[in-house]
Amino acid sequence: MNNLWNTLSEALSFPFVRYALVAGVLIALCSSLIGVTLVLRRFSFIGDGLSHVAFGAMAIAAVLHMTNDMLFVLPVTVICAILLLCGGQKAKIKGDASIAMLSVGALAVGYLLMNVFSTSSNLSGDVCSTLFGSVLYLTLSGTEVWLCVILSLVVVAVFLLFYNKIFAVTFDEDFARATGLRASLYNLMLAVVIAVVIVLAMNLVGSLLISALVIFPAVSAMRIFKNFKAVTVCAAILSVLCAFLGLLISIVAETPAGATIVCANILVFFLCSLVGRKVR
Amino acid sequence: MAMLTCRDLSFGYDGHSILEKLNFEVNSGDYLCIVGENGSGKTTLIKTLLGLHPRLGGEIKMGDGLKKNEIGYLPQQTPAQRDFPASVFEVVLSGCLGRCGLRPFYNREEKALAAANLERVGMAEHSSRSYRELSGGQQQRVLLARALCATGKLLLLDEPVAGLDPAMTAEMYHLISDLNGKDGITVIMISHDMASALKYATHILHIGKEIFFGTKEQYLGSDLGLGFAARGEEAEHE
Repeated sequence: MNNLWNTLSEALSFPFVRYALVAGVLIALCSSLIGVTLVLRRFSFIGDGLSHVAFGAMAIAAVLHMTNDMLFVLPVTVICAILLLCGGQKAKIKGDASIAMLSVGALAVGYLLMNVFSTSSNLSGDVCSTLFGSVLYLTLSGTEVWLCVILSLVVVAVFLLFYNKIFAVTFDEDFARATGLRASLYNLMLAVVIAVVIVLAMNLVGSLLISALVIFPAVSAMRIFKNFKAVTVCAAILSVLCAFLGLLISIVAETPAGATIVCANILVFFLCSLVGRKVR
Repeated sequence: MAMLTCRDLSFGYDGHSILEKLNFEVNSGDYLCIVGENGSGKTTLIKTLLGLHPRLGGEIKMGDGLKKNEIGYLPQQTPAQRDFPASVFEVVLSGCLGRCGLRPFYNREEKALAAANLERVGMAEHSSRSYRELSGGQQQRVLLARALCATGKLLLLDEPVAGLDPAMTAEMYHLISDLNGKDGITVIMISHDMASALKYATHILHIGKEIFFGTKEQYLGSDLGLGFAARGEEAEHE
């Protein structure tokens, strides 16, 4: 026990470990908030699709030797999110198929580009860390952490301010539009927020595991609670807890951060299912 | 002036028109049933009236001080809604959304209005229960309360009794009839249930290959009405 504590306090004395904790918790908070509406609107897999788009965009940015790939990755992901969420009803190819196409398509193109043009000596290591997140600690610079903090605060503020509107659009879009809500505007806003969260979360858990951050907290909360407010609050708390504990465990046990957080989420899901069954 | 006037209205979706040059009007206090075969465009008509689908021609005029966001709409339920984790009160309160404008949260009056409308549909004691635990009939009442939060004038109901058992169906019709008769709320309803449509409605709009609009008495006197009503009864006997 003492040994564990020593390892932890030693690790936490490094600023980049503290950065990682702050960023990880904030990202988890944001992704759980949008997760609730995504799961309820049957858009669980959009996180997966968009993160693969972000992967593809990152590969292109690497090929073009961009110094700041965020400037390219973020807009591309936002555009794809808008196309998926806002074009949904009119599109010729329906929801899940278009997400799946985009998802695997971007993955394939991204890997191909990286393979053909990459100058890196450790190609499989690069690909692996983009897909599964940093192998050990998150290596974020101070500016990246600040960007993360600001964007997270914006996401949380947007969610709080538009909470009632988001509920209405999620529960019944037609009714919301009939009472004069500009649902397309809110869908657009939601699409942008989702894209931002996903690009942020890529650093933490990598592009293959993002869906877990979006889906698990919401689904776990729905096992126990039966109203929207409680589900949202519970999802946020569970997600933050899982991210925090997952990161600490990954430091102590030297496991990959992303995968550890996701495993914590899986565990919590089963616990919630048990509790939910007892409550009913 | 009529509350709602449609002149030469053409509607459809994705640019395909379903029906062209439809004319009818609804006056304050009317109870209009829209009937017709499946696929004749009843739901599309309602959605066009609400502005959810763009109209393809003609005009929809609103009178009697009715504003576009003052229509109470009860849509058909989607499968996703049936297991939605929301409390009854949260669902009903969302009917007040049109009153909020840019204000992010509901105020006290809106909460009181939601509670009053829950009372009106006889669901007050279920206020904190989860929407997904309710029976089909209770869910429809909750959605009716939500629609009432959005309007004091006009209700647009899309098959409000679909999937309900006979007892619940009768209750629902009774409730709607009271809202129309006692509270003077104008009702436009899509219905498959010809017998009840003819029992409660004051006006009938029949759309499909042949079109009819008029009072219930005129409809019963017309060939179209006679044929459709007889077929409805046959179906019920089967």
